Amino acid sequence: MSAEPQPQTQTERNDGRNILVSWLVLCVILEPLVILVLGPHLPPGALSSNARSQQIDNIVLTALATPVIVGVLLYFGYALIFWRQKAGDDTDGPPIHGNTKIQIGWIAATSAIVLSLAVYGTVELIAPAGAGAGEGPAPVWKLSGSNVLQVQVIGQQWRWTYRYPQFGGMETTQLMLPEGMPVEFHVTSLDVIHSFWAYQLGVKADANPQVDNVAYTTPEHLGQFTVRCAELCGIWHGAMYDFGKILTPTAFQQWATSTETQLVSVTKLLPPYALTYNPDLIPQLGKALTSGGLTGAGGNFYGPQYSVQP
Amino acid sequence: VSRPARVTTLLVALVAVVAGAVFVVLHYIGGGPQWENYVPKASGGQVNVIMQTDAQTTVTDRPDWVTYFIQNPQTGAWDHTTLFQVPANTQVNVTIYGFDGGTPGRNQLWGAVHGTIGGTSTVTQVDAKGHAGPATPTVTLNTWNGDVQHTFQIAGLDLNVPIAAPNGTLCPTSPCSASGNPYTINKFSFRTPATGGIFRWNCEIPCGLGYLYGMGGPMQTLSYMSGEMQVVS
Repeated sequence: MSAEPQPQTQTERNDGRNILVSWLVLCVILEPLVILVLGPHLPPGALSSNARSQQIDNIVLTALATPVIVGVLLYFGYALIFWRQKAGDDTDGPPIHGNTKIQIGWIAATSAIVLSLAVYGTVELIAPAGAGAGEGPAPVWKLSGSNVLQVQVIGQQWRWTYRYPQFGGMETTQLMLPEGMPVEFHVTSLDVIHSFWAYQLGVKADANPQVDNVAYTTPEHLGQFTVRCAELCGIWHGAMYDFGKILTPTAFQQWATSTETQLVSVTKLLPPYALTYNPDLIPQLGKALTSGGLTGAGGNFYGPQYSVQP
Repeated sequence: VSRPARVTTLLVALVAVVAGAVFVVLHYIGGGPQWENYVPKASGGQVNVIMQTDAQTTVTDRPDWVTYFIQNPQTGAWDHTTLFQVPANTQVNVTIYGFDGGTPGRNQLWGAVHGTIGGTSTVTQVDAKGHAGPATPTVTLNTWNGDVQHTFQIAGLDLNVPIAAPNGTLCPTSPCSASGNPYTINKFSFRTPATGGIFRWNCEIPCGLGYLYGMGGPMQTLSYMSGEMQVVS
């Protein structure tokens, strides 16, 4: 009489519970790190009200993405370790059946996340005061208060210059802003399309000829920021950048008044401050010069025998 | 088609493609204006760089483009280039002979001298008979009434110098000769940074007339109105 083989008792592994617990633990550890450690280093910094708002948006998005990324990577790693096919095991895996509850839960959860992000994104798109984006000549979202510094940003191949209408309309190559004072940028161009991108301020506005594009910000900390052209504008587009500074209100006042005095002879020759300037004026002047028989216009305004090239 | 003919055709096509590639590499990529090396000419912490501006470029296939020429420091010849090398932490004394006429500027700010040692440029008018006027320290020139022909601007050093326009009939061929032609002598100095690097420079007067807003053509082409200064440390 032969003995019957006894079935081996084996502790069943609960994969779902293991993954869920591991995911929860990792999320609890990583979320504070993402928000508190990584967050303050996310772009564009917190130099201005707009920058701080954009940084918060990036923190929110990164914090929301973290559980998803952790879940995907955890599932991937778990599968590699525990669901690896054993040598000689050619059997099929268990069949997969639909699960209505899971499907409804998945659709409901993802819809809630996407819709809530859409609402959040829409609100953040306009706050604060247009979120640092160019709002065109008639901005809808404005900064409150009357003590606003106006700065005109003028793009031209391949420099940025800045006019301060409240300081005699002086124009300089330096962009200085006072800490704590709301700033109203009026962005325009003297020639082709440029884009004023004050990166650490969180301000970005197209500079189009004969268009006054208004953008707002409030500098909140002392520091330096980079201004770049973000619209391909010719051979030196890549070199069309400079650096602005946020000064204390006292230092800004000293700089502005002394610069206004230094530039008074230049300011006299500048055209009166206007929200836009006509870039066609120069070619017209050149044409008038050459047609009038005057010398100059060294590039020669092309006559009818030449094809005018862009 | 016979086999020899096919082989011959294939070889000819191959040679044509290779020759085309070599031409593109040498002519468009490997070519370009030459560098004028002023580094060996530096002495006592200073170096002299000499240029001229012309109303035309008759030495090229773009005769009606405005241009800069730089004097070769070794031979004294005028080379059609806008690339030059200077040593770091050195006072660069620039002399620009301006043979071109005035062009209205778009931004009067570029009529102001900025970033030079002393904050000025010295301008001398010379007429076609060679009579020189006084050397006048200049802070601002009016770009709207044709006083300025070009600017020499290095954005990275916040340097801008308007080049004064001469009075009289401009010289017709390039490089221009001081004999028999009116011109201006523009002298200024600036200091190179202590560390090396390449600084682009260009003219900010829209003198590429006939092109979009006057800033195309020669304004966007190396060896005409755009150039580079290499600071060698």
